[in-house]
Amino acid sequence: MAGKKKGNTRVIPGFGLTLGITVTMLSVLVLIPLASVLVYSFRLSFSEFMDLVTTRIVKNALITSVVCSAVAAVINCIFGVILAWVLVRYEFPGKRFLDGLIELPFALPTAVAGITLSKMYSDTGMIGKPLAALGIKVSYTKVGLTIALVFVGIPFVVRAIQPILEKLDDQYEEAAYMLGASRRRTFFKVILPELRPALLTGFGLAFARGIGEYGSVIYISGNSAKEHTQVISYVIMQKLNYLDYESATAIALVMLIISFLVLLFVNIVQIRQSRRTNNV
Amino acid sequence: MKTIHREESKAVKITLIAISVVFLVLMLVLPLLSVIVNSLKEGVKFYVQSLTTEYVRSALKVTFIATFWAVVVNTFFGIAASWLLTKFSFKGKQILATLIDIPFSISPVIAGLAFLMTFGRLGWASGIINKINEFLGTDIKIVFALPGVVLATIFVTFPFVSRELIPVLNAEGKEEEEAAALMGMKGFAIFRKITFPHIRWALLYGVILCTARALGEFGAVNAVSKTRGKTFTLPLEIDALYLSGSADSTTAAFAASSILVIIAVIVLILRNIMEYKAKNK
Repeated sequence: MAGKKKGNTRVIPGFGLTLGITVTMLSVLVLIPLASVLVYSFRLSFSEFMDLVTTRIVKNALITSVVCSAVAAVINCIFGVILAWVLVRYEFPGKRFLDGLIELPFALPTAVAGITLSKMYSDTGMIGKPLAALGIKVSYTKVGLTIALVFVGIPFVVRAIQPILEKLDDQYEEAAYMLGASRRRTFFKVILPELRPALLTGFGLAFARGIGEYGSVIYISGNSAKEHTQVISYVIMQKLNYLDYESATAIALVMLIISFLVLLFVNIVQIRQSRRTNNV
Repeated sequence: MKTIHREESKAVKITLIAISVVFLVLMLVLPLLSVIVNSLKEGVKFYVQSLTTEYVRSALKVTFIATFWAVVVNTFFGIAASWLLTKFSFKGKQILATLIDIPFSISPVIAGLAFLMTFGRLGWASGIINKINEFLGTDIKIVFALPGVVLATIFVTFPFVSRELIPVLNAEGKEEEEAAALMGMKGFAIFRKITFPHIRWALLYGVILCTARALGEFGAVNAVSKTRGKTFTLPLEIDALYLSGSADSTTAAFAASSILVIIAVIVLILRNIMEYKAKNK
């Protein structure tokens, strides 16, 4: 029935009006400003562009951002599966509280998270002090940077896996049990493959967020060029402060390309997933 | 229903719960407590004092102005866009939906850069602004001034309201609106009498999320705001206090942060109440 209502049989009013408002506001407030960045960076010749984005500082910052975001996303995937599993399958006191807490990184301003984590893990902080006694330094190193990225990324992974785990059909697990598989084997051979698309989506979103992250990482990372703890968005901000707009837009273009590729990957995973579930 | 085959041994279950609790306490609860503890380090008097300095008061004012406009603009946009995307099918709908979500997926620093490259010294629109200023004899500035802060805040919170409304409107379907339209009801009346009651809570929640994010935005406004005490928002003031390095200013930074932490906790509680309500419905 719903398939019939298409094209020129619109009965609900307001198509032209809402289309006009949506497209105009989207263009003026988001697309045109973004296009200005692209236009400006396209003015550079290819070799100029390559020179700007392959300087030592930019290269190091890109590597730091990509590697730390990837490591943080992997950590988030491991803990994300455990957290989602515990929150979906088990009942225990305080469960609702923990479940509600997961989205804290979305609600807490990044600068606040940044200074708190930096303080906590510094030599005088709550966690940093005992670690420093053991000779482990966290703030102002890549370890601290990765911890901050774990903080901002955790909700993406947990919230991607939770609904899939809730909907997972008991039959597979029961069949595996009947066939004599152990719980462990069932988890790795039956359940985990079912979670893979959601896990990849969560990984992609957490990774993309990590690459662009600014506020929550710049305090704990220390931003030392020598120790390779500058992240890429910090370098853009520095270039802006030195009024080096050419470098800033060139780096921005690289970041836009990376996040576009990651989102493309996430979309492909999701499309393949929905195709698979529809075929069953 | 749970069957016995789904249960792990008790030891595994307890271990997994313990890992989860330790992880969440370490990663999420401690940072929250740490803000509060650090903000009260030098007593309540110092706490109140550091929240009433001229810089903080100015920052609060700028933050509220930017947040106000972000909420107004994005609510208006969110209602129009969600109506468009859920009540009609048309070519390019999917692309439009993807474009609306762009601000979610790009670095806030790039959002700030976008306005610099549009209205800044090198931006193509700076000439237009200069002409307007010459013509009217005004001195309107966009970047490094309040309008730039407002625009950057609108940018990063752009999809927040529409994103909350779209799933609700999709689930509701469009039969009721179609029936009302066929019976001759006018567009705005349909929205007000039929659609609005369904989306009331989602709209409120979208506004709350938008508010929280607007209050806390840092990277984007950092790129377009450089004057402390004039165009600094609360997160920028926190940054300035924290980086100035003395023990007092660090405590003051945490005091200012505590305002934003309290707001974040309220947002989380509201979110959970709404989710609980939606589940029980």
